Amino acid sequence: MILIAALALPLIAAGISFIAPKHSIASSVTLVSACALFGISVSAALSVTSAGELTAISGWISIDGLGALMFLLISFVGTIGAIFSIGYLERTEVKSNRARQYYANYNLFLFSILSVPLFAELSMVWIVVELTTLFSVFLVGYTADRRALEAAWKYAALTLMGAAIALLGFLILFWGLNTAGGGAYTWEGLRNAAPHIPPALLGTSFLLILVGFGTKVGLVPLHTWLPDAHSQAPSPVCLLLSGVETSAVLYVILRMIPIASQANGLNAGTWAQVFGLLSVGVAAFLILQVRDYKRLFAFSTVEHMGIIITAMGIGSAGAAYGTAYQLMAHALTKSLSFLVAGLVLLSFATRNIKDVRGLIRVSPLAGGSLLIAGLAIGGAPPFVVFLSEFSIFRAGIVAGDYVVVGLLALFVGIAFFGIMWHIGQMVFGEPKEEMERVTLPLSSRIALVLAGIPVLLLGVYLPEPLHKLLHLAAVALTR
Amino acid sequence: MPHALGSSLNALVGGLFLLTSFAMVATRQVRGCLRMFIYQSILLASSAFIIGVHPVYWHLIAVGMINLLTKPILIPWILRRAMPGRIFTRREVSLTINATTSLLIALGLTVLSYFIARPLLVTAHTNFATVNLPIGIAGLLLGGYTLAVRREAVPQLLALLTMENSAFYAGIAIAPNLPIISELAVAFDALVLAFVVGLLTKLIHERTGHTEVARLTDLKEEAKQ
Repeated sequence: MILIAALALPLIAAGISFIAPKHSIASSVTLVSACALFGISVSAALSVTSAGELTAISGWISIDGLGALMFLLISFVGTIGAIFSIGYLERTEVKSNRARQYYANYNLFLFSILSVPLFAELSMVWIVVELTTLFSVFLVGYTADRRALEAAWKYAALTLMGAAIALLGFLILFWGLNTAGGGAYTWEGLRNAAPHIPPALLGTSFLLILVGFGTKVGLVPLHTWLPDAHSQAPSPVCLLLSGVETSAVLYVILRMIPIASQANGLNAGTWAQVFGLLSVGVAAFLILQVRDYKRLFAFSTVEHMGIIITAMGIGSAGAAYGTAYQLMAHALTKSLSFLVAGLVLLSFATRNIKDVRGLIRVSPLAGGSLLIAGLAIGGAPPFVVFLSEFSIFRAGIVAGDYVVVGLLALFVGIAFFGIMWHIGQMVFGEPKEEMERVTLPLSSRIALVLAGIPVLLLGVYLPEPLHKLLHLAAVALTR
Repeated sequence: MPHALGSSLNALVGGLFLLTSFAMVATRQVRGCLRMFIYQSILLASSAFIIGVHPVYWHLIAVGMINLLTKPILIPWILRRAMPGRIFTRREVSLTINATTSLLIALGLTVLSYFIARPLLVTAHTNFATVNLPIGIAGLLLGGYTLAVRREAVPQLLALLTMENSAFYAGIAIAPNLPIISELAVAFDALVLAFVVGLLTKLIHERTGHTEVARLTDLKEEAKQ
């Protein structure tokens, strides 16, 4: 029941935002609904940790450990984004009706991302993945200047093309399920039927879904739209785009990997690792040569998506735990990074790395948190990404995948060097001219603190329920 | 209707369906592309009727009706509401690759799709899939190719919609019993797609004075600025 409420809440909030007479009503409704959503996700996650799964409509809407983890992350990032939006729009947007449209779209977008883990029926999963693009196109193109519209068009054209390719994959998969004797077209039904599905059908559908949805995840070489969209969108939207939208779509691919491994002669894990390592490698070198700090974080998303899918390709229980851990670490850390990037943009009004110097003096808060965000996203101890990447390396070594672990470690090292080199200059470099100190909006500071807590805390202490949830998520990934 | 007649009718519809995909690659007039999309959608619905009529399978007939209502009627209506009429009168003067070369490449993609479909058809138990699956895959590839070479916004948008059409053209033969809720939701999805991308096209037209999206290249390379 609470899962249905979770789906209804953002839709209602979107409706109210759209017709609200003042944009302050839209922003408060969005905030209240996002907070309620977070509360629901915590309670859903707790009942999943005790009962193993939670079902609203059998065969259509239900979550297991992995679904609950995604639900929790999406609603957390959605809440931070809603708080951050208030101050961000105050500083950048004057027209009330455009702000209302922003909030309506924001809620619809949140609804669509949320639906991906909540729906258990696969044709619905495809539909809501397509909706994530459709509902976020106008958020990406929100500023409506040439560059934003270009980014929005690229985003729409490429990811919708990917979705159409994946659609054929889902239809072939359904065909395979019926050939194997039918059953519900859900993740569970598919798991049971997988050994009986003709390998040709299972393998083909997996590859179509990998390539199609891989476009939306930003796997190299299908990533070209991602840095454009993630750099042009307003920063609060980037939290959702980079932090959870990409990983919600990756979640579908991750679920497909153990199922497709049942197909003889396909080696789904190897496919995952090839795409994964290529993404991590290319992203690491692109990070070295970026000029725009929002693109820096966007390429870091490509890198993280690559790490996650590579880890999944290892195929052991330990690797599945690392995969789930990294999904969580990415969502929390990347949303903090884009939040800080938004604060830098508010302080300096430029996205060029070379024009931002001496940030620590202009805004100690933004400068200090940029440094922390950079260290955290690069994977330095004692932050949560360090722990998740470490668990992936360990699982890889235990499984004997030395080449994969070696390459992964090399690329992650290069990316870390690139990120810290750029950020070091931005924070400590000599400013060209004397800049006034900037005060940041109160709501942004609150959002920063809230987003910073888990990044700092989870690196040193993992609460027991969360630990259990990660284990359940790993179990869902190994079945 | 005797079974043999159904098969040959379906094959005829399939041939015409493939032809509309080819036409999308090379039709210069934006309005012409829209017309091709409408024909294609009607053919998609016809195939659903032909497969669903013998033996009578109401599910597929309903799918055909949903498609007939949304794609040839509602989508063109939405597109015309979302965008000013001027956009439809545009002609694409310079194709990225000239029409003859394009059609040859399209032919190659079609042959390729028969090779892709062959190992899958080993498991097929209806002769409808042997027609619909390769043509569906071909339509998908041709749609992707069209998207890559067209420079105008509306032909690119229609290419996206033909890709979806093609996947469903294969779908009615290989997965005829998809839940009706999903079918309705997918149809709704297509409408939202037309509306959103149509509005985006209008916005691009307002801001830049044209809809030649291939000319928007400010974000191209990393090392500019």
